[in-house]
Amino acid sequence: MYRTALRNVLAHKGRLLMTALAVMLGTAFVAGTLVFSDTMGQAMSNSFSKSYSDVSVQVSDHRVGNLNHNDGAQTPDQKKRETLNDATLKDLTALPGVERARGVVYAFTGVADKKGNLVGEAWSARGANFVPDGSGQDPRYPIAQGRGPKTAGEVALNQQAADKTGYHVGDKIRVAGNGAAEDVTLVGVFTTDDPQVTSGGTLVLMDTATAQQRMLEPGRYSSIVLTAKPGTSESALLDAVRAKLPADSVSLETGQQLKDDQAKMVADSVKGTKTMLLVFAGISLFVGIFIIVNTFTMLIAQRLKELALLRAVGAGRAQVTKSVLVEALLIGVLSSAAGLLAGVGIGAGMQSLIHSMNEGMPTGSLVIAPVTVVTTVIVGIVVTVLSALFPAIRASRIPPVAAMSAGDLPSTQRGLVIRNAIGAVIAGGGIALILAGAFGKGAGARAMLEIGAPFTLIGVFVLLPLLSRPVVALVGPLLGKVFGTPGKLARLNAVRNPRRTASTAAALTIGLTLVTALTVIGSSVTTTVTKMVSGSMNADYVVSMANGHELSRDLPGLIAKANGVTAVSPVANVMWTVDGEDRAVTGLDAAAFDQLVKIDLNSGSTGALKQGQILVNDEYAAKHNVAQGSTVKIEVAEGKTADVTVGGVFQRNDSLSPIIAANALIDQYEPDAYVNEIMVKGANGPSAELKQSIKDATGRNPVIEVLTEKDMVDQFSRIITTALNIMYGLLGMAVIVAVLGVINTLAMSVFERKREIGMLRAIGLDRRGIKRMVRLESVVISVFGALVGVGLGVFLAWAATRVLSSDLKGLTTVIPYGSVLLFLALAALVGIVAALWPARRASRMDILSSIKTD
Amino acid sequence: MSTSTAYAAHTGLAAARATGLNKVYGEGDTRVVALDNVSVSFGQGEFTAIMGPSGSGKSTLMHCMAGLDTVSSGSATIGDTELVGLKDKQLTKLRRDKIGFIFQAFNLLPTLTALENITLPMDIAGRKVDKPWLDRVVETVGLSGRLSHRPAQLSGGQQQRVACARALASKPEIIFADEPTGNLDSRSGAEILSFLRNSVRELGQTVVMVTHDPVAASYADRVVFLADGRIVDELANPTADSVLDRMRRFDAKGRTS
Repeated sequence: MYRTALRNVLAHKGRLLMTALAVMLGTAFVAGTLVFSDTMGQAMSNSFSKSYSDVSVQVSDHRVGNLNHNDGAQTPDQKKRETLNDATLKDLTALPGVERARGVVYAFTGVADKKGNLVGEAWSARGANFVPDGSGQDPRYPIAQGRGPKTAGEVALNQQAADKTGYHVGDKIRVAGNGAAEDVTLVGVFTTDDPQVTSGGTLVLMDTATAQQRMLEPGRYSSIVLTAKPGTSESALLDAVRAKLPADSVSLETGQQLKDDQAKMVADSVKGTKTMLLVFAGISLFVGIFIIVNTFTMLIAQRLKELALLRAVGAGRAQVTKSVLVEALLIGVLSSAAGLLAGVGIGAGMQSLIHSMNEGMPTGSLVIAPVTVVTTVIVGIVVTVLSALFPAIRASRIPPVAAMSAGDLPSTQRGLVIRNAIGAVIAGGGIALILAGAFGKGAGARAMLEIGAPFTLIGVFVLLPLLSRPVVALVGPLLGKVFGTPGKLARLNAVRNPRRTASTAAALTIGLTLVTALTVIGSSVTTTVTKMVSGSMNADYVVSMANGHELSRDLPGLIAKANGVTAVSPVANVMWTVDGEDRAVTGLDAAAFDQLVKIDLNSGSTGALKQGQILVNDEYAAKHNVAQGSTVKIEVAEGKTADVTVGGVFQRNDSLSPIIAANALIDQYEPDAYVNEIMVKGANGPSAELKQSIKDATGRNPVIEVLTEKDMVDQFSRIITTALNIMYGLLGMAVIVAVLGVINTLAMSVFERKREIGMLRAIGLDRRGIKRMVRLESVVISVFGALVGVGLGVFLAWAATRVLSSDLKGLTTVIPYGSVLLFLALAALVGIVAALWPARRASRMDILSSIKTD
Repeated sequence: MSTSTAYAAHTGLAAARATGLNKVYGEGDTRVVALDNVSVSFGQGEFTAIMGPSGSGKSTLMHCMAGLDTVSSGSATIGDTELVGLKDKQLTKLRRDKIGFIFQAFNLLPTLTALENITLPMDIAGRKVDKPWLDRVVETVGLSGRLSHRPAQLSGGQQQRVACARALASKPEIIFADEPTGNLDSRSGAEILSFLRNSVRELGQTVVMVTHDPVAASYADRVVFLADGRIVDELANPTADSVLDRMRRFDAKGRTS
């Protein structure tokens, strides 16, 4: 039997090609993902750990925060931390076992390029202090050209940034922290192996005093790095430091911990990407299953006589099943091995692609872990063999007498009744769950949607054969009219074997369902956010930092003096504990409030803000049972409470916190509240002049963004678009597999219908007609799959937006008809492309050998 | 019978003609001469049977004259159109417009109804169906009640009648039938053969039929015998017995030589 299986694989090389390719692509995706993430992870850990080589213990100030954390609004207990200052540094230097202690100032600082725009991404634009030793050098930042900065007007810049901008020693460059920008002289260019800098970031070095003044406050450090004397262990030093400093005032980490943390962080970030990629690899493999099932079903139908003969000469049922499974196993092994090789190639390709896009990204040798090899091969084999299982079992049911019967290929069209019944139950249950979720509320609704969606998908797949006739009938008349006889024949051929059409189309249905659902959700969210932002603001401009950091306190005053500005208010964000719960509170200047913010009040007035009262939104009011005139107890700092009167209730507005207070009120309790936005209203609405005058007022800081409502919406929709594009790219893989499936089915159909095609040629259908017939069949199958997918995708997206609308008020389903039509057009194109080869083959077929009876 | 020969004699025209036709397969050791300098003509309104033992080249002759196969040398014409040297496209058009085909294995499209199968050549050509003619053809083949059936719902004999109707419906200059009764029981076969003969007598159709069955050949006006790629004999107004006699002589000759 094994020899039979092997011979069969060899004999049907051509027909198994698409199956093998499908398995190969899927497994290559898996292997590529694993190789890439392992390689990337190792390279990144290596480069990060290198930059911690001289750190034994790091003492960091919570208030300044680790750079990986965003210092947002702070809860009261975050405020009483000790700061690290010169005295601390001195104390720590004096500790036994300390070789060196370095006070580090490290915070956001942007550099403008020659055109005035920020160099690099805001999150990787950094400033630090230059700490010269006796010889004027800083071992951490070796100077390549020039010298280190000594005074307030001098800075040094990292080599990559200098190269990128074309700045040379002696140039005037503009740098900016959170406040106004300053023009300084570039006195040195240095090199560093800090991966955050080498991977495309900028680093500006200043002398310590200037760094403190610009980024922190005089005399203060963000962290102190201790290097142990030889013979002193990191943990011993840590204990010594802990004894010196109260443990809860600062955070202490050893160099090893930092390395471990980094490694873990890298692993986590790589893992997220890896999981996402594997999900898409899984989708490709899932699509591949349909192709494998199709191929084996068709092969068995074609080999019916052969298999019956085996049975007639004494092979048992189990042997027939086994022979088919062994065939599948062989294909699985061969294609996963090929997939593994291709995957290693993909991994290497992705690494060099990323490296070519960003030269600073760390690289390393390819990591091909044993688990990668094992996973890839096992996945490939299991998928192939499992997919062939049903066809194999069906093959064993062929009665021996089939070997004797003469005539045409059998049309084994088993009834679809049972299949349809099962499909209807599954799909019905799934749809019912989704509907219940869509019209339901709370966490249960989301769970119902999440469970219902896969059931609906599976149910619809089971029902696809049933759906093929009516859906194809929809487009059928058009085909006949436009394309004549070939069109009509194509339509009839497409529904000839509903099972085959269905499993071919299913591959596209999966892709289109996901693409459509994502697109519809994306456009719904974008549209809603647009409406929301547009509805919530009277202000013309919002000023913020490109990195989302805190704005300098002097900015509102500077902007207020700008030409054409009529109203300005910083937007303060504080966390207050209200009735025992931490609550975000938005603060605005009471006087400018009405000019800047648009809210609908159910009761009270915005004027109440001026009296030190607060406004709460309707949901908060209902939940906490407060109304205009109620008093709420607010814990503004530890042990300090204040009674505040509710001056009004407004309708929920997602761009504002549930509680709004006047900045004057907030200042009483929290003078240094976190401000990351400033709202500005101009006399004549948004205009280029107003924008320029705001920019001028803020010192033309490259980091400060002055955005209109529309700019913000555009920024947001760009994020959504980028995310969608990545998804499209990844789903493209599944579509390629689906194309292979269509090619496969068509090639097999052409082979099976050889005689018909020969007859059509004999009675006068020319080659073009034959080609057209095959192409149109392909288009019909593809568009059928796409139509079902689009329908399903829209339905799922509708349900999802309904469920999400509890989180995002006013979220409604918006179907981007243009995109949907584009998807259908692309599906038709997929059909045409997939038919290229089979159609050509069909048209080239020799008439005589085709019509010959065997 | 005399009417049909008279008809052919009367018009004196050949519906199809082969002159010095050669067909060679392969080269060197594998070289096989399928047709060896064959010259033959099929008169208009005549029912001709081509007979010969298997391997005699009778099917090849038909394929070459019907524009389904290319010839090595010589000339083949349908009406006054020379087939040799025509491009695939022109051949396809010629087959579509001037030739009808009946195959041994019926070769109907299972997805189309009987009527759709019958009108398929006209549909492909984009020609309008001649309704009265179609009705007449359908009635003659006795399919009136079954036009909406699909091939799978028809018996073998009925399927072959559909194939005949398809060949006739477009009023081709000539119909080539390749073993049309090969897959049928004798009663259905007799029906088809009578029907072909009637179409010649009553509708003036030209039919060329390849067969190895003497009984089938006896329905024809004339039998052409092929052996080893050469025309070796012909019989006018054959009967089953006379054909069988002639065939026996081939066999005897084959055994002695």
